Amino acid sequence: MITSSKLFSRSKFTRSLIGKIFYSLFFAAILTSIGGLTILLFQVFSDGLPWLSLDLLWNYPSRHPEQAGLKSSLMGTLWLMGLTGIFTIPVGLGAAIYLEEYAVKSKLTTIIEVNISNLAGVPSIVYGLLGLALFVQWMALGRSLLAGALTMSLLILPIVILASREAIRAVPLTYRDAAYALGATQWQVIKNVVLPLASPGILTGIILGMSRAIGETAPVIAISALVYMTFIPSSPMDRFTVLPIQIYNWVSRPQDEFRGLAAGGIIILLVVLLSMNTIAVYIRNKYQMRSND
Amino acid sequence: MQERYKNRSKIGGKIVKWIFFSCALVSILTTIGIIFSLLLQAWGFFSEVSVFEFLSGTRWTPILKPRSYGVLPLVSGTLLVTVIAALVALPIGLATAIFLSEYAADKIRRIVKPILEILAGVPTVVYGYFALTFITPTLQDWLFPDMLVFNAMSAGIVMGLMIVPMVSSLSEDAMISVPKSLREGAYALGATRVEVALKIVVPAALSGIVASFILGISRAIGETMLVTIAAGATPRMTFNPLESIQTMTAYIVQLSLGETPHGSLEYNTIFAVGLLLFAITLVMNILGQFVVTKWGVRY
Repeated sequence: MITSSKLFSRSKFTRSLIGKIFYSLFFAAILTSIGGLTILLFQVFSDGLPWLSLDLLWNYPSRHPEQAGLKSSLMGTLWLMGLTGIFTIPVGLGAAIYLEEYAVKSKLTTIIEVNISNLAGVPSIVYGLLGLALFVQWMALGRSLLAGALTMSLLILPIVILASREAIRAVPLTYRDAAYALGATQWQVIKNVVLPLASPGILTGIILGMSRAIGETAPVIAISALVYMTFIPSSPMDRFTVLPIQIYNWVSRPQDEFRGLAAGGIIILLVVLLSMNTIAVYIRNKYQMRSND
Repeated sequence: MQERYKNRSKIGGKIVKWIFFSCALVSILTTIGIIFSLLLQAWGFFSEVSVFEFLSGTRWTPILKPRSYGVLPLVSGTLLVTVIAALVALPIGLATAIFLSEYAADKIRRIVKPILEILAGVPTVVYGYFALTFITPTLQDWLFPDMLVFNAMSAGIVMGLMIVPMVSSLSEDAMISVPKSLREGAYALGATRVEVALKIVVPAALSGIVASFILGISRAIGETMLVTIAAGATPRMTFNPLESIQTMTAYIVQLSLGETPHGSLEYNTIFAVGLLLFAITLVMNILGQFVVTKWGVRY
């Protein structure tokens, strides 16, 4: 018979001591992440709160920190997100519907699937270079909102497609079968059964994709460069700047005042992102509760 | 009437299917677009500078005279920051994953998971701000008085913090899919909790854990704004993390911000560097998937 002293080379006391040491190490790892986030938030808020004001929201950027604001970059972000949404939502949804509802197992389907997960791992600055070559130069869109939005759409498409696929897959097969049994065509099943049931999950995916796009800086810099904007873009062909680029611009100046402005801008950015994520989580939870009914 | 309706929806169904198919094709076109645009634009660069000179040169001064186009300083800068980030993110990420999958009660998971999600969702400019205005001054005050304002270490540490959620969530997924029976077998033999975690679960989930490491490192290589803000703009072959360096990504941003005319040799350098960056991250992402699909055990 094998006794435990043969199975385990160390004494029971040492083994339980090792267990305790590792437990504290694992726990310390979690505390490091939480601590890091806490310090980051504390730092941002203590630097930025004194600079938060209506001026910061409503003034154009300026050389004088006490007058500088985010008006042009906030409006640029709004424009960019609106256009990005227009391009991303139909294409992402269409791709997800195709892959879940129509695609048969084939080489092409596998290539598309592997390709989408690879695209999710491409650095965002590479998308910026793609947009710069393809949209800004070859398609002659210039450094415009339209070029930026098309680039941003390509960047967040993998996120939206993956989330929408999951939501569509979660609709029980029995629902589809029931609709087919009543004589519905495939498109009717998708339109009247699958999409309504999957819509909260799809919406969550879209919100998460958009919140990724709001925080992205590098690809927008490649497209728009650094412009000193004292006007609001009025058409998709106008030049633009966005919130994180304005923050970057302020961070990269040596004066403390601009660092404070940057922190103020970061607070606004984080508040926007956190509320979007909260809405996404709320929709997800509400949907989960309803499916339990 | 009913017949007509049916026919219409049959043709309509086909059209709808092709529309959806073309949406899915956009992803393939994106990949082709990335490869072509980088290759074509880099072509202009490589027709004047040999690939060998680009890949083996140790001086990168494309804007200043005498011009030199050796990319190694940018590669070494990227490597330095990535190694520091990996030293922070891999152990912390793995330990977090072990804690969440093997130790944590549901109540703690419900607190920790959203915090990690927030950490993953913070924009990288914010991390850059944090590295520059908090980590660097703190390290200068307490540990390294000689540290430069822009340095590889602060950027690397904060990048590590940024990548923790990615490593931990992918590793945790791998550990959760290890069947309970394996754990129970070990417990039945008298193993302690940490023995089950480290000698049963981690080896069984190894392919997923390694993949999470590879993908985390790949993410670090491609990260842009954090290093642009905090690591500096001096391409230099050094392994001293207290010095200012420049990464491949930060160089692309630096040149994009300037007024370099389109089509010039200097301008095309960003596509050459971008092509190298894309190739490196693509190889790592494929490697990560390969580790999971070919080497991993499915339970």
